[in-house]
Amino acid sequence: MKKKISIDPITRLEGHARVDLFLNEDGALANAYLIIPELRGFEKFCEGRPVEEMPRITQRICGVCPIAHHMAAAKAGDAVYHVDPPPTAKKLRELMYSAFFVADHATHFYILGGPDFVVGPDAPKSERNILGVIRKVGKEFGAKVMQLLKDNHEITAMIGGRYIHSVSAIVGGVSKPITEEDRLAILERAQRSVDFAKESLVLFDDIVLGNPAYVEMITSDAFAHQTYYMGLVDENNLVNFYDGKVRVVSPNGKELIKYGPEEYLDVIAEHVEPWTYLKFPYLKEIGWKGFMDGENSGVYRASPLSRLNAADGMATPEAQRMYEKFFDTLGGKPVHSTLATHWARLIELLYAAERSVELASDATITDPNVHTIPTETPTEGVAIVEAPRGTLTHHYKTDERGLVQAVNLIVGTTNNYAAIDMSIVKAAKDLIKAGQNITDAALNKIEMAFRAYDPCMGCATHAQPGETPLKIKLFDHNHTLIDEVHRD
Amino acid sequence: MADNPKPKLAFYWAGSCGGCEITLTELGMRLVDVSEQAEIVFWPAAMDFKYDDVRAMPDQDIDLCFFNGAIRNSENEEIAHLLRQKSKTMVAFGSCSHLGGIPGLANMFDIESLCARVFDTTPSLDDSRGTRPQAITKVPEGTIELPELFESVKHLAEITDVDYFMPGCPPVVDQVWKVFQAALNGSLPPKGAVIGADQKSVCDVCDREKGAPGFRISAFKRPHEVELDPETCFLTQGVICCGPATRAGCGTPCLNGNMPCRGCYGPAEGVVDQGAKLASAIGALIDTDDPEKLQAILDTIVDPAGTFYRFGLAHSIMSKMKYE
Repeated sequence: MKKKISIDPITRLEGHARVDLFLNEDGALANAYLIIPELRGFEKFCEGRPVEEMPRITQRICGVCPIAHHMAAAKAGDAVYHVDPPPTAKKLRELMYSAFFVADHATHFYILGGPDFVVGPDAPKSERNILGVIRKVGKEFGAKVMQLLKDNHEITAMIGGRYIHSVSAIVGGVSKPITEEDRLAILERAQRSVDFAKESLVLFDDIVLGNPAYVEMITSDAFAHQTYYMGLVDENNLVNFYDGKVRVVSPNGKELIKYGPEEYLDVIAEHVEPWTYLKFPYLKEIGWKGFMDGENSGVYRASPLSRLNAADGMATPEAQRMYEKFFDTLGGKPVHSTLATHWARLIELLYAAERSVELASDATITDPNVHTIPTETPTEGVAIVEAPRGTLTHHYKTDERGLVQAVNLIVGTTNNYAAIDMSIVKAAKDLIKAGQNITDAALNKIEMAFRAYDPCMGCATHAQPGETPLKIKLFDHNHTLIDEVHRD
Repeated sequence: MADNPKPKLAFYWAGSCGGCEITLTELGMRLVDVSEQAEIVFWPAAMDFKYDDVRAMPDQDIDLCFFNGAIRNSENEEIAHLLRQKSKTMVAFGSCSHLGGIPGLANMFDIESLCARVFDTTPSLDDSRGTRPQAITKVPEGTIELPELFESVKHLAEITDVDYFMPGCPPVVDQVWKVFQAALNGSLPPKGAVIGADQKSVCDVCDREKGAPGFRISAFKRPHEVELDPETCFLTQGVICCGPATRAGCGTPCLNGNMPCRGCYGPAEGVVDQGAKLASAIGALIDTDDPEKLQAILDTIVDPAGTFYRFGLAHSIMSKMKYE
């Protein structure tokens, strides 16, 4: 029976993408391509803009993770002006960023990716969403999810002016200090967030780890890839979101390299294919060998899972405890199971909440000295932060007035483009076999392979993210587009 | 309607960053209230209804569609037309849909130069540098097609009929809530109105201390070059602020964050061209009649187009001069 599959749009992820599936003569999958059809061109239209405006412009790359771009742009601006912000400014930036991470990771778990697990991949489509989650876990728990988001939106706004498209990170520091009253209000919210993060991990234990079918799916080969892993670490090789060096480990878990922001061009290169607007970053030393797993392929991943694999641990006690449990349960480091990314994300959520408490407990964070006025001539600078979806690099060159002349961006999801493509091929090969019907539940598996990365195609392409239509077109061996199967 | 009195809502994300949709998560449990009072029939970022579910709807089946994002390519345009056809009321939601937004800054350049930067000259490219995405690519297994990008970014009302305009990058959550309540109560104003915003300008509602009457600016400062006084008008401090020509309604969160307004709520009531109005308002504050000094002061405004038209370039008279 000839078929064309159309999942259009792919939902509960950010961005815009399409998959073309090609079949062999026997009806088995020949290959699949993840196609990104758009481009906004921030690298071009930021030319001429004052570099100090970049934190407010580049965050419009992505309204889901605007603070990641806000931070990277502010830090790159510091580097361009050769200015070191006061310690309190760095703490405030990291506190704002930690609260953002809590909100962003919770948004993914409860609104985007989590419904597959909490409500179930086979639930009716009208239930596979946050409202379905609330119906499943109860309105009281739902209210806690919303309270967590609200608390962390408010922390971010107290420091950054607003949650979406914050304003306070500027070249040389932040635009305003916080008061003691703010600090206490932030602390209260951060403490609540730690409690809720722990509850989320209990929920994950109960609903996902307690269900053998889910565990089998998570640990199955169809959802695994042996790749390099990347993540920002502090001086003790512990996960850090705001600052540090990028550590890359091999599929066997051995450190390949640790690099600072200014060295990124020595480590990362980007490959272009004519069938997509998005580039494929890879490890320069290993080289681009195509869409391949293994030590000889330069494909790497940058995600919550990657950060846990690339680091030696977490810098806060409860998150460290969960880090150890994670690797004990899943058979040691590194973990290659893509779906384990959901669990890794919740462990990072706990770390971010604990880190918020640490920072807000520091009485010196109310110090009014939060900005150093730059005095040197601006030139060029690179900055790296961890965005929720992967390592984020901003690189600017300016003229002597600080007007941007050149921009290069390697952003969260882009790092994972090759790996996401491979995950789709692998999941699709598992589901599209010679002579078998394609079931509705199987189709959701492709989306689940996708969603684990929390892919944000808007971010990745600096493109019009659009409404995330992952169109799946199915071609037979004669390259003819064949009929459609709908998942109603 | 008697059988199903709940109004049907749709949310759609076209050419934008997605921040407009994240605003909806800021509604918190109020979102659950909305879902109890109304039926959300399409919301790709959060729910699993597909395009075909929309195509299968009768015309005008959706009561209210909140459309965010600019029109960058033919797909944005196609879905805008589809949702227009299926919706009784279409709201241009957020700066990109209202004015083109920050993606509209691309209208300063042609699409070829955007692609040239991304695919030919960025320093991280490898030997595949110079490869350009093609409309049609032959791969071993068949052929892959890519859509073409439009030469310029458009706002929603350029391509279809829009009932209401809701400004903001993104619209602030309190305004979103007010608009939802008005929509559910059937108390929206007449078609064509700007909703979820005020009639006044940002300056009118700003509680910072204004400069003495007749204050003048002898040099413009950039926000990182000075210690920003949180109590005083930015223009008084010599820092460009887009408040004079920008519509109020945001609650001034950027000013509360001690940074100047960049104009995301669009032109204030009665202002046709936000950038032109800003240029004249700010120009009037310059402290000289000497043409040479004037030029020197103007030179301290380092990026007038990118500042005065930060969100509204694709909606501006300037943009029309280039593309019509």
